[in-house]
Amino acid sequence: MEAEAAKFIGAGIATLALAGIGIGLGNIFGSYLSGALRNPSAAPKQFTNLLIGFALTEATGLFALVIAFLILFSN
Amino acid sequence: MASPIEQFEVKPIAHFEIAGIDVSFTNSSLWMVIVVAFLTIFLLGGTRKSATVPGRWQVMVELMYGFIAGMIRDNVGKEGKQYFPFIFSLFVFVLGLNLAGMIPYSFTVTSHIAVNFAMAAFIFIGVTLVGFAKNGAGYLKLFAPSGVPLWLLPMIIIIEVISYCTRPISLSVRLFANMLAGHIMMKVFAGFILSLAAAGAVGMVGAVVPFAVNVLLTGLEILVACLQAYVFTILTCIYLNDAMHPSH
Repeated sequence: MEAEAAKFIGAGIATLALAGIGIGLGNIFGSYLSGALRNPSAAPKQFTNLLIGFALTEATGLFALVIAFLILFSN
Repeated sequence: MASPIEQFEVKPIAHFEIAGIDVSFTNSSLWMVIVVAFLTIFLLGGTRKSATVPGRWQVMVELMYGFIAGMIRDNVGKEGKQYFPFIFSLFVFVLGLNLAGMIPYSFTVTSHIAVNFAMAAFIFIGVTLVGFAKNGAGYLKLFAPSGVPLWLLPMIIIIEVISYCTRPISLSVRLFANMLAGHIMMKVFAGFILSLAAAGAVGMVGAVVPFAVNVLLTGLEILVACLQAYVFTILTCIYLNDAMHPSH
């Protein structure tokens, strides 16, 4: 196999991390909603925690993006 | 058409060299200077005439102060007050750089790992020094959580040490990757608009879709810019809390 082709395949495989991030983000917002609907008065206080969780989870997915870029653009 | 990566190119504006090391004044340094100058004017101007009943400008500055003061109080505790100047300047600096990156034709300084890693590495070194200065050898208790069975301890210590040492990497890459990915995404959609519009009348109408997406993305990116500055600061607070109170 040519090295160039292997690079593209590798970068594609690196995006598989999105599966985990999808589960994680869905979990965060789903849990927040179910919690918020059970106890709406406590929900606004937890909104910043929701955003922190969102940012931390999203960043994990972006690590995969960095790996994909490293594979694609480093010689 | 320019490639989506081209916006991150560091271009020297004035060339300097000290002992063979390139220390040129680049567009990256220019935007740092602009942001710091703006923040200085914003913060000093707002507090210049401190009134008991604050005006609009003073309220904005006081809200920022209160936000960070509250964050330190909640996450570090009372003793964290002495680190307020550091945390506050860190927050406004990162927030300013992130938001300045959203101005068209500007340069996003925080989309460069070199800048972020320098900040994260100094935070890491500083927090470690604070930890040892406050607790002496007791700071090492951070790596051995209480209540762990003895046979599990060697493995836990190894894992804790690794996770401690990767802190500067995860802290800097988180900010870097968010800014990089967001700006590339916006430029890719901007590219869609151009290539669709070039395809004739039908394409012109179709180009409305990526344009609308780009408007939404701009909003999302401003949210991400604020959020990542917040996350960067709050993680620094959490690390500082570990240094002040190492026993889990």
